[in-house]
Amino acid sequence: MHGKVAIIDYGVGNVHSVACALSFLGYRNMTTRDPKIIRQADALILPGVGAFGQAMANLKKFDLLELLNGEVLRKGKPILGICLGMQILGNSSEESPGHKGLGWIDFDVVSIPQSPQLKVPHVGWNTLRVENQKDLFTGLEEEPHFYFDHSYYADCSNGYTVARCHYGAMMPAVVVKGNITGVQFHPEKSQRNGLKLFRNYFNHLGV
Amino acid sequence: MQSINFRRYLPVGKPAIAIEFLNSWGIDEIVLIDITASKDHSRKKYDFIEEITRKCFVPLTVGGGISSVDDIRALLGFGADKISVNSYCLAHPEFISEAAKIFGNQCIVVAIDAVGSSPSDYRVYNAAKGAVMDVSPVDWARKAEAMGAGEIYITSVDRDGSKKGFDLGLIDLVARSVKIPVIASGGAGKSSDVLDVFCRTNASAVSAANFFHFSEHSVIVTKSILRSKGVDIRLNTHADYEKSPFGDDFRLKKRSEAYLGDLLFERIEKEII
Repeated sequence: MHGKVAIIDYGVGNVHSVACALSFLGYRNMTTRDPKIIRQADALILPGVGAFGQAMANLKKFDLLELLNGEVLRKGKPILGICLGMQILGNSSEESPGHKGLGWIDFDVVSIPQSPQLKVPHVGWNTLRVENQKDLFTGLEEEPHFYFDHSYYADCSNGYTVARCHYGAMMPAVVVKGNITGVQFHPEKSQRNGLKLFRNYFNHLGV
Repeated sequence: MQSINFRRYLPVGKPAIAIEFLNSWGIDEIVLIDITASKDHSRKKYDFIEEITRKCFVPLTVGGGISSVDDIRALLGFGADKISVNSYCLAHPEFISEAAKIFGNQCIVVAIDAVGSSPSDYRVYNAAKGAVMDVSPVDWARKAEAMGAGEIYITSVDRDGSKKGFDLGLIDLVARSVKIPVIASGGAGKSSDVLDVFCRTNASAVSAANFFHFSEHSVIVTKSILRSKGVDIRLNTHADYEKSPFGDDFRLKKRSEAYLGDLLFERIEKEII
């Protein structure tokens, strides 16, 4: 394995656990916001825990917006958004009205409808229904468990959704559009399934 | 650490190794409490967390002596996912809402230690001071929920380390008084104790320390039994006991000689991710 993975450190989220998971699997990775390293990387990871508006404001603050647009949209570099990192791939979020997302995949982020039977945030293990892109899920069971922790979800009704989870209603859990992938759950906290998903993802890229 | 009634403590080993093992045995979440820090705040030191989370690929809750927003921020940076608060909040309940506003309700677990054995005499125990308070755990759990706690972690001090099973009365009482998830702790000695919590109380999760540290394969065996009894639980390990026979005491039964003989010729590959 000679590929390098850059975990983008933009001041939100638990970059440490993502780095631990990649190191455990043997990938060379750097947690960074240095434009030079991001340009040299073979794949990017956009982690994220926190609020949509804050995440976008931080990307701007660290001058990463233009850089990422160039790397991902023009150069076609693969990027994996995790949790909030998936949500900011879309256009906007109910969580932070007035803040624009990256707009790479056409969806808006909406809140999970609350009800007496349904606790929000959606925290804990839940199963996926895989509809497409099966190679991302090689070696996993039919309805694999992953660890979720979110109050909002990507309302992505077009063909980019490849797996869904059920929490009150079916909601997208994995979206893929060309070189851009987003996962709503936390693979770095989903034990073997999460590690396998990382392995499948990077194997598929040839990193 | 093995703990008995919050009075006797016997070191078991390094936390990093326990975490790595529990993780590979398919545990769902890990709670790590620094019992030195909770008694003596000057000895708080959290940077070791960074080291021990290297092989923790499940959500990790860390607690012990948490008394400021900076403590929480440091721990989250070192790889914790949730924070367990306890004694400090007994005197400063407003700290729960302060922390929940910054880090979100899902991040704040309020741990409650309780003494007593019947609904009328359950009282909250302050482990840092070694004192019983004149507050019922139900009232305190309701207050913690109102202040923004995301989960309640209820421990029976009397059952802690006793292997006599959970205090189902206490757990159910607390679980029915709040809407947020309640985690049961204190007293697990065998797999059926865990089953009892799921079947006979309203708690959302079960936690155990000594039982998981000392009984071989207890995580996988317990989860297999829970599944066979219809509890919806994740079982996702390379090896499981789903098709194994269990005795009435919930211990694994020896397989027949013929089955064991056949195993000699079966090649079982180690799973490599």
